[in-house]
Amino acid sequence: MTRLIQILCGFMVAAPLWAAGNGPGLMDAKIDLSDQASLQRGARIFVNYCLSCHAAAYMRYNRLGEDLGISDDVLKENLMFGTDKIGSTMTIAMSKADAEQYFGVAPPDLSVIARARGADWLYTFFMTFYRDPSRPLGANNLVFKDVAMPNVLWELQGWQRPVYKQKTNAKGNTVNKFDHLEYETTGILSDKEYKKTVQDLVNFMVYLGEPIKLKRQMIGTWVMVYLLILLVIVYLLKQEYWRDIR
Amino acid sequence: MKTVVKYLYGFRDWIDARFPLTKQWNEHLAKYYAPKNFNFWYFFGSLALVVLVIQIVTGIWLTMNYKPAADLAFASVEYIMRDVEWGWWIRYMHSTGSSAFFIVIYLHMYRGMLYGSYKQPRELLWVFGMFIYLLLMAEAFFGYLLPWGQMSYWGAQVIISLFAAVPVVGDELALWIRGDFVVSDVTLNRFFAFHVIALPLLICGLVVAHILALHEVGSNNPDGVEIKNNKGADGIPLDGIPFHPYYTVKDIVATVVFLIIFAAVVFFAPEMGGYFLEHANFVPADPLKTPDHIAPVWYFTPFYAILRAVPNQLGGVVAMGMATTLFFFLPWLDRSPVKSIRYRGWKYKTALAAFTVSFLVLGWLGMQASTVTYTWMSRFFATVYFLFFLLMPYYTSTDNDKIVPDRVNYP
Repeated sequence: MTRLIQILCGFMVAAPLWAAGNGPGLMDAKIDLSDQASLQRGARIFVNYCLSCHAAAYMRYNRLGEDLGISDDVLKENLMFGTDKIGSTMTIAMSKADAEQYFGVAPPDLSVIARARGADWLYTFFMTFYRDPSRPLGANNLVFKDVAMPNVLWELQGWQRPVYKQKTNAKGNTVNKFDHLEYETTGILSDKEYKKTVQDLVNFMVYLGEPIKLKRQMIGTWVMVYLLILLVIVYLLKQEYWRDIR
Repeated sequence: MKTVVKYLYGFRDWIDARFPLTKQWNEHLAKYYAPKNFNFWYFFGSLALVVLVIQIVTGIWLTMNYKPAADLAFASVEYIMRDVEWGWWIRYMHSTGSSAFFIVIYLHMYRGMLYGSYKQPRELLWVFGMFIYLLLMAEAFFGYLLPWGQMSYWGAQVIISLFAAVPVVGDELALWIRGDFVVSDVTLNRFFAFHVIALPLLICGLVVAHILALHEVGSNNPDGVEIKNNKGADGIPLDGIPFHPYYTVKDIVATVVFLIIFAAVVFFAPEMGGYFLEHANFVPADPLKTPDHIAPVWYFTPFYAILRAVPNQLGGVVAMGMATTLFFFLPWLDRSPVKSIRYRGWKYKTALAAFTVSFLVLGWLGMQASTVTYTWMSRFFATVYFLFFLLMPYYTSTDNDKIVPDRVNYP
C-alpha cells in the first residue's frame, strides 16, 4: 500500500523520489519492521555498540520493551546500562563538551537518524568502513567521507581496505581510482553473519525513528475501509437528492 | 415528540427575535442559489474550508505540547510524535494539511482562470482570495520554522536574507524581521506568534469576507453565464438551485474522496518521499552547519526557481514578488468579453496551456540543485510565465471568442 501510494505520488510530482544527496551505489538494506526477533537483536547491538557515545534521547526504554515484546526484567538486565528507571529515555553519560574533545564533533542523537539518512544509507555506511591511516582514528567511510566516528563494529566485521585500479584520465595521466573494498583481517562474524547483524541494527534504527509506524499503517487500513463505506453512503445520498434536479 | 418539535421551533423563534439565525441560514445556504452545472473544479472552495478547519483544530492540539524555544522545539516535536497520545496522528494531519492546503488552493485558483471567475462582477472576490493566498504563503513559511530542523532553519535564513536585497534599508529590515543577527530563539518565538495567532486570525477574517463577497455577486459556473440574468416569476434564477441541500450533499461526497486521499498520505506516506516532510528536517537546526542542498517545500518551488533565474539578487526578489502578485491584476488584464474557457478562442487557450506547463516545470526546477542548463530553463519558463500576464490585454482582446449561450449547459 505504502509503496503504491508513493509510486502514484511520484508520478504526480514527476520527479525522482530520492532526488539529491544520497548519490548512487547505496546497498539495499532490505529491512522488515514486522520481524520482531530482528528488531530485538538490533536493539542489543544498538545499546552495546552505539549507546555509549550516541544517545537516542527521544526514545523511552519501556516503549521499546512494549513494542519489541521484551519484559521489564529482560530489558533492565540486558539493555539498560545507564539507568534502572524503566520510563527513562535512552540518554548517555558522555557530555557534549567531552565528546567534542574526543571526536572533534559531538556524536549526533540517533532517535530520528534513520528518517534523515534513510535505511539504505545507514546499511551502506556500516558496510563500508575501511582502514585509512591518514585519519585520526584510523578509519574512513565510503558514503561519509572523513567521518569522525571510529570503526566501532571492527571486531565483528574485521578490517577492510580499499583496492585501487590504475586508470588513464582525460589528460592521459595514469591515476589510482577506487575500485572496491576487500577484507584485510576477518572479524568474529562471517561476511554473511555481519550483513545480517547490520541489517538487524538498521531495522532497529528505522523502528527507532518512528516507533508508531507499523501501528499507523494498521490503523490506516481501517480508516480507509471506513471512509470507503462512508463514500458509498454519501454518494447514494447525493444521488437521491439530485434526482430532483434531473 | 410533537411537544419537543414545538419547543424547538419556539427556541428558534426566540433566537430569531434576537439574532438573524434563520435569515443567515437562508441567505448563505438554503436560499443561496448556485448554478446547477458546477463540475469537478467547483469542489475546491469547500475543500479549502475543510482543510482550514483541519489545520486550526490540529494546530490547537499541537500547540498544547509544542515548545517555541530553540533548545526545546525539536525535542518537543519528537515528544508529540512518541509520548503524546495520538500526537503522531495530529502532527501528520497538520504537516499533510499544509501541503493539501496548497494543492487545493492552487486548483481553486486555476478554476478561476479556467472559467474567468475573477471577471466583473467578481473582481473584489478574487482580490480577497489573492490576499488569502499571500497570507497562506506567509503562514506556511512561519510554520515551517517551528519544527526547528535543518531545513526549517536554513530555509528561514535564506528567505529572510532576501529582504536584505532591498536597497538602503535591506540589512536593517532583515535584522528587524529576525530580531537577531542570525535566525535564533528570538526569531522562532515571534514566528510562533505569527503562525498561531496573527495570520490565522487574518486568514479567517478574509475567508469570511471572501464568502460574503461571493454570496453578494453569486457564483460563476463552467459556462461563465450569469444565472441572475434569467430569473423566473418568483425571482429565483432559472438555472439556480439552493446550495443546501444540493451542494452540501455533493460537497460531502467530495470531502470524503478528499479524506480518502488525505488519509492515504497521513497513514501510509506522511513524508511523501521527502516532499511533505523533508529528510533534512529530521536533523536538528545547526546554525554552524549549512546543508548541502537547501530547497523550499514544493509549494514554493515555482517562485524559488524564478528567484534563482535572475542573476541580480534584488532583481530576483522583485521577479519573485511579481510572480505572486500579478494574479491580483487578472480581472483588469483580461480584456475578453467571454469568461469561460469553453467559449474562448485559441489564443487564451494556448496562453493558459503555456502558463500551466511553465508553472509545473518551474516547480520542478525549484527543487533541483541549480546547474547551467537548469538556470537557462528557469529563465525560459519564467519568461513564458510573465508573458502570460503581460501580453494578456493583447491576446484576450483580439481572440476569436465563441458566442456564449444565454443559459447554462446542463445534461
